[in-house]
Amino acid sequence: MLRFENVTYRVDGHEILKDLSFDLAPGRALVLLGRSGSGKTTALKMVNALLLPSSGQVLVEGRATTAWNPIELRRRIGYVIQETGLFPHFTIARNVGLVPRLNGWPEDKIEARVNELLVRVGLPPEEYAHRYPRQLSGGQRQRVGVARALAADPPMLLFDEPFGALDPVTRHEIRREFTALARDLGKTILFVTHSVREALELGDHIGVLAGGRLEELLPAADFPSALSAEARAFHACLRDD
Amino acid sequence: MRPGLLRDIADLTFEHLTLVVVAMLIAIAIGLPLGVLLTRRTGWRRPVLGAANILQTIPSLALFGFLIPIPLIGGIGPRTAIVALVIYALLPILRNTLAGILGVDAAVRESAVAMGMTGLQILRQVELPLAARTILAGIRVATVTTVGTATIAAAIGGGGLGVFIFRGVASVDTVQILAGAVPAACIALISDGGLGWIERKLSA
Repeated sequence: MLRFENVTYRVDGHEILKDLSFDLAPGRALVLLGRSGSGKTTALKMVNALLLPSSGQVLVEGRATTAWNPIELRRRIGYVIQETGLFPHFTIARNVGLVPRLNGWPEDKIEARVNELLVRVGLPPEEYAHRYPRQLSGGQRQRVGVARALAADPPMLLFDEPFGALDPVTRHEIRREFTALARDLGKTILFVTHSVREALELGDHIGVLAGGRLEELLPAADFPSALSAEARAFHACLRDD
Repeated sequence: MRPGLLRDIADLTFEHLTLVVVAMLIAIAIGLPLGVLLTRRTGWRRPVLGAANILQTIPSLALFGFLIPIPLIGGIGPRTAIVALVIYALLPILRNTLAGILGVDAAVRESAVAMGMTGLQILRQVELPLAARTILAGIRVATVTTVGTATIAAAIGGGGLGVFIFRGVASVDTVQILAGAVPAACIALISDGGLGWIERKLSA
């Protein structure tokens, strides 16, 4: 489904990603765990061709991101970020229906899909569809962000610390809900976070990134016995997370 | 009051409005696309804004004078006046278009790209609507300035309410000066109020 092959990314001679290689099988969830500046967000942006590798290649469904039409590629990949990036001048319904509308779905089908998704993320459409993002709480906005990412039923989802800005209680609730939702839907998931607890809760596999290098990649269940210094450092702070 | 003065005021007000409207339409037609282009071409910003800035600093009477000997756009008459007015109106439109679009939240723009919107879709559905209020503020400033500057058009045979003012100054006739200045001030106030109202509507 997704494959990184010796991906290196340089900006002004500075290496942000160094020789990154991994595989992600369909329907599985991989969490990239790393500190700020470890290159995890950069790696994520390589998948939907927001960034292209300086060397090596990123294969999505067997095709290099450089060979995809970027518009077509991005519409097949849901994208959820911490700041949500909801359009402030669009209603919730229009925000969620964005990609289906870009893909030219008929209006009645878009409306049905939007309503279905709003129900799934716990925002009753009759109450929320016509509101604007600024009228929602942070947690509700993030729910809309997830609904928007799911709208055109993409096979793969990318998450960039989506719950990082939420208060702990909301974060916990939403995380639990969306883990269940994503598994139900059988999506392939690449998730980026600096929270080891989040990684353990969401990931089938956990990849630990440090200084642009993949230090260790292992099944989430084996994480407590990880060997690399960075993975152990993360594990040590589990209690405070 | 001499007979026919009201009739003259009406005629010259119409001429004045024509100068302003034509100049503003051209300035928007140039400034808006150019402003959008500057958001895409970082390297062009300094030279283009610099040039617009320099043009802005030329005293208006001098600019009208400079244009007279230039072929095609120059000469005596309203055409030259419109060229000068466009040059003055350009900077605020250009600057506010650039500022408005650059002011769009980076996360919103990134999302738009990541959702698979094309450059044109992002411009029309995201950037321009979100920048509309700032762009309109630029157009409003440019319009009010143009209403005032257009009175100088009369100096090069461009017509408009400046005809009264120049004539009044030459003959030390306060009534003539007021016949030009009062309607010009009214046009400026009305256009400022009208465009300001639309601006507030957009932000609501």
